[in-house]
Amino acid sequence: MASTSFIPSGDFRTSYAADTTIFPTRTSRNFAIAGIALLCLAPQLFSEYWLSISIQIGIFSIAALGLNILVGFTGQISIGHAAFFLFGAFTSAYISNNFPIPVFFAIPLAGVVTALVGLIFGVPAARLKGLYLVIATLAAQYILLDFFSRAEWFSGGSVPASANPFSIFGYPLRGDRQYFYVVLAYVLVSYLLVTNLMRTRDGRALVAIRDHYLSAEIMGINLTKYRTLSFGLAAFFAGIAGALYAHYQQVVSQEGFGIERSVLFLAMIIIGGSGSIMGTMMGTAFVVLLPESMEWISLHLKGSAIDHALSLNTNITFLREIAIGLIIIAFLMFEPDGLAHRWRQIKAYWKLYPFSH
Amino acid sequence: MNAQFLIQLLVNGLVVGTLYGVVAMSFVLIYKATQVVNFAQGELLLVGAWVCWALLVKFQLPFWIGMPLTLVFMFVFGIAIQVVILRPMIGEPIISVIMVTIGLSTVFQAALKWIFGVNPQPFPDVFTGKSIAVLGLQIQTVYIMSLVVSLAMMIGMAWFFRASKYGLAMRATAFNQQVAQSLGISVKTVFAISWAISATVSAVAGVVVAVVNGVSSGLSAYGIKVFPAAILGGLDSIGGAVLGGVIIGLLENIAQYVDSQFLHWGNLYEIAPFYVLIVILMIKPYGLFGTRDIERI
Repeated sequence: MASTSFIPSGDFRTSYAADTTIFPTRTSRNFAIAGIALLCLAPQLFSEYWLSISIQIGIFSIAALGLNILVGFTGQISIGHAAFFLFGAFTSAYISNNFPIPVFFAIPLAGVVTALVGLIFGVPAARLKGLYLVIATLAAQYILLDFFSRAEWFSGGSVPASANPFSIFGYPLRGDRQYFYVVLAYVLVSYLLVTNLMRTRDGRALVAIRDHYLSAEIMGINLTKYRTLSFGLAAFFAGIAGALYAHYQQVVSQEGFGIERSVLFLAMIIIGGSGSIMGTMMGTAFVVLLPESMEWISLHLKGSAIDHALSLNTNITFLREIAIGLIIIAFLMFEPDGLAHRWRQIKAYWKLYPFSH
Repeated sequence: MNAQFLIQLLVNGLVVGTLYGVVAMSFVLIYKATQVVNFAQGELLLVGAWVCWALLVKFQLPFWIGMPLTLVFMFVFGIAIQVVILRPMIGEPIISVIMVTIGLSTVFQAALKWIFGVNPQPFPDVFTGKSIAVLGLQIQTVYIMSLVVSLAMMIGMAWFFRASKYGLAMRATAFNQQVAQSLGISVKTVFAISWAISATVSAVAGVVVAVVNGVSSGLSAYGIKVFPAAILGGLDSIGGAVLGGVIIGLLENIAQYVDSQFLHWGNLYEIAPFYVLIVILMIKPYGLFGTRDIERI
């Protein structure tokens, strides 16, 4: 294996360790490290606007990663993810407000609490498959949202709850430029964790359940255990992401976390590619950037004939929703493996360029 | 006073419940015939109601012309959805198909808000006479109408499946697609027809709700309430769906009674069906009349 090549020109693997390695060559690993180093410079280079966009992409990609464990790797489906995200946000705000626990520890703690709540809903879910599980998570979404509007001690009821700013050793972080590093650290750790999870025995068990759950059970994989586990993991990452979001916004309200947001999370992993870890990131970026680019287009079309015909200004929210729905459908019909698949094809094209085929 | 209130709520529950039953019936129809879990069922109600509203208000058509036109439109609309969107998805994993219908519901919701605005619109008065007294109870005429229409649709559906050619073809397809195909049934047509009928029946329910409450995007909530009803009855049982709908409707109103008289928690009736749903899924996931899946490898 030539150490300077970016992609090996063939399969030279002789051991299982080489087969499951994250980076196929040393160069690709160096490129990844260089990319992360570049990202560390982002707060200095990006404008406020792009910084807030990248923070959002980071936070939502953690939640989408959790959902991808459930949908992409275990083959279950959940349309209650937004409720777990919101639960993590409220929990972290509640913990850091009411207990002498700094935000630094409140975020992972919120993840754990959300995972426990996820397990409560996951226990009936573990007995169910596909269809029935969707409906159970639908119920979870409504029940949790109802709980938030009822439990004033926890979520402030109709008044948004406030969350403390993030601080390290008593030194509070101010502004997006500093918070970016917190999000970056969480994104890196979660993506590494999940990548490694998928290389272990437990990760392979999840994939086996997705591919054929009856065969998996016959091979001795404990279905109930692993389904519940993946449900808990999904809720854990949703909780972490929600907590990060809470301390980023510093207010938590139910606004905008209905079923549409859960659909949005699903859209992220479908567009990115279900069952692909890097795809999750791409899909999240796509879904976050889509409304922004639509806003941008409508700004540029201002005063033109299209603007008059559609009255873009007043209808942009609806057009955005329509676009998201249509893109979900289009991806499922024409590119069911998502952007990750496209990316693999681009890589395959360049692999032996100009001698492919 | 309390007894009066309770009876009023029970009547209410029965009326709403039969409507849930009708919608659940059309949901189960699609599931049984095409194995598609339709998350856009509520939006079909909404489309029907808005189309009828537009015909009556914008085009000033009388009800007896507007309503059949709506039904024709919905019939074609149902076929169009099946042919354009869901036919290419045949053979894809169940998760993808569910996601497609979720995408559809997002598109319909937003498109209808875009076309008709976000404000609820009152439906033109179709019936004269506000309420009549039955056994000492004041019951609004629209409620009676709703009950009659729902029952008529249920009876029509029962006749359709028992006696008509397409109904029998549908039952055969639901039983076993390959056998049905070998007997000369066009499975494609059956799939399209089942969507068409489901859309039409949902539209009738949508118009009925719209006559009572006005047209607004809140109508699609009926599509969500379908799940508790259909799961309670068993996902592939049409009779079960009707019964499930009635039970859920009654339950909502009983929850409201208990809430307003004893608990004072507020809004309990909106969430009670979902708790019931979780409990059913835990103890009896195949519902009252659903067939238990037995899988072989």
